[in-house]
Amino acid sequence: MTEPSPRMPAARPATAVSADSTTVGRTLRAHPPEVSAARARRWGAFYYAEQVLRVMKGYGWSIFLYSVGQPAAYLFAMGVGLATLVDTNAVSAFGGVSYIAFIAPALLVSAAVMTAGTEFTFPVMDGFKWRRVYYGPHASPLTPEQIAAGQIIAVTLRFLLQSVIYFVIVALFGASPSGWGWGSVLVATLAGLSFGLPLMAYAASIKEDKGQFAMVMRFIVMPLFLFSGTFFPLDTLPVLVRWIGWISPIWHGTELGRVMTFGYEESPVLTIIHVVFLLALAWFGWVLTKRQFVRRMGQ
Amino acid sequence: MPAHETGPEKHKAPAAPQYVITAENLTKTYGDVIAVDGISFSVPAGESFGLLGPNGAGKSTTMKMIGGVSQRTSGNLTIMGLDPEQNGPEVRAHLGVVPQQDNLDEELKVRDNLLVYGRYFGLPMSYLKPKADELLEFAQLTDKAKSKVDALSGGMKRRLTIARSLINEPRILLLDEPTTGLDPQARHILWDRLFRLKEQGVTLILTTHYMDEAEQLCDRLIVVDKGRIMAEGSPAALIRDYSTREVLELRFGSERNASIGAELEGIGERLETLPDRVLIYTHDGEAALEEVSGRGLRPLTSLVRRSSLEDVFLRLTGRSLVD
Repeated sequence: MTEPSPRMPAARPATAVSADSTTVGRTLRAHPPEVSAARARRWGAFYYAEQVLRVMKGYGWSIFLYSVGQPAAYLFAMGVGLATLVDTNAVSAFGGVSYIAFIAPALLVSAAVMTAGTEFTFPVMDGFKWRRVYYGPHASPLTPEQIAAGQIIAVTLRFLLQSVIYFVIVALFGASPSGWGWGSVLVATLAGLSFGLPLMAYAASIKEDKGQFAMVMRFIVMPLFLFSGTFFPLDTLPVLVRWIGWISPIWHGTELGRVMTFGYEESPVLTIIHVVFLLALAWFGWVLTKRQFVRRMGQ
Repeated sequence: MPAHETGPEKHKAPAAPQYVITAENLTKTYGDVIAVDGISFSVPAGESFGLLGPNGAGKSTTMKMIGGVSQRTSGNLTIMGLDPEQNGPEVRAHLGVVPQQDNLDEELKVRDNLLVYGRYFGLPMSYLKPKADELLEFAQLTDKAKSKVDALSGGMKRRLTIARSLINEPRILLLDEPTTGLDPQARHILWDRLFRLKEQGVTLILTTHYMDEAEQLCDRLIVVDKGRIMAEGSPAALIRDYSTREVLELRFGSERNASIGAELEGIGERLETLPDRVLIYTHDGEAALEEVSGRGLRPLTSLVRRSSLEDVFLRLTGRSLVD
């Protein structure tokens, strides 16, 4: 940006006017409010994302260990331990690949969804109620939509980072034979958002914490994790519970991930449905979230 | 997300307004509750303007509307000639805000709180780093720069919140109950800092239910009760108009305060009986006290003092300012 600052004395040499917020002549000057507002309108969501990332950096190690430790443990237990039994008994049942290759994309997607279950719940409550962290930026030029968007951007980066780490481990296990395997990183991120954004809207609507988030983890995330074709194909389940998979972002993400990592054979129509379902759910969640944030902060 | 095609980069700054804030018939209701009931006022640049009133008078609600974070129900409001509902980001870019409840980022260090906040205004780090140090100096928090926020005392947090509100060099500072909950020493440090800002020409808008704070800091104020303006003027003018020069405070013990009224009749200009004391409004407190003694009355304690805004409020509403 090169707008000259109106507050800067006209007599200053031309070179000093090149920056609008500067330390010229040892006098600090902020750029004028019009510039602040214009920048905030354009980049506000990223400014807030920066804040969230700074806070995340504070517990970066636990994020890293969670990202590495959990997949490694699951892959080892399921993919190495359980797989020795599974692979010798039912080679063809898992799309013609090893058991570890079959569950790897499912674990990748599930991890993102579980992260969404924490990142889009407690921090939202913290923002509105516990420590009211949203109300600081709310008094600045940022808008409620931008505060919501900023948090989503930061969490999306976390999804990406964690999925990349996860994917590298999966690849090291030799569990992603296809050249398109890296695409599962994007799929996991999308699945995290499609589950996380409606949850964020719900979290933003809660005025009082009565343990709702623990209920979400126990009665929504866990059943979705178990019945979304994660450890066995969905069609091995009775029809009565198969619907859980159909409405589950974990199932849609997992199936899509399998197409990416080992070329899982399914109808192209189904592949398109997976993408559309995940995008639609994320979009729907974003619209609701935006509305909740604007309503709650505008009172 | 970003964007708004009506690029405010091109937005013309309004011609220097005579008043930085004007409110006409400003009203805010929450369901059936009328929080702010048609108040009007204007604040010229550089003035220190106060809203004095008890808790629940509508002061904070008014501040939120001025701060561009709460939608008004009706009436007009402009800040620097802009409507905060149409130009929220532009209005908020002009302001520094010290909310009633501190909302510092407790997971970040003291100095980082300033840096992060400055980023919301799109300010570059080359400006923010030296500015943060300057403000920490101003807030007497330099040696706490690397501490976590939760290690600070209440007064320090309040000063950090004020430092944060100054990161964008606002010309208008909104302070909602800036010293509530602080000990006397911390309050005096804060008042001193605010007074320096006033000297620099910053327009201060503050709410308070402390009359001494209003008298110290405000050039002019409105007395608000139940969402309405009861009176407006400088602290001295309000005292002159609604009270006498001096007040004689008498305590006869909680049993007798109420019944003694009749015996004090005729002393001073006006009598106010409170549960814990009797107030006699008069131009000459000592003379009134002599008259009380002359009538053979023996109060447990007596005190002659100057009238304060507390007396103005009592006169206007029949109630005490601090319950």
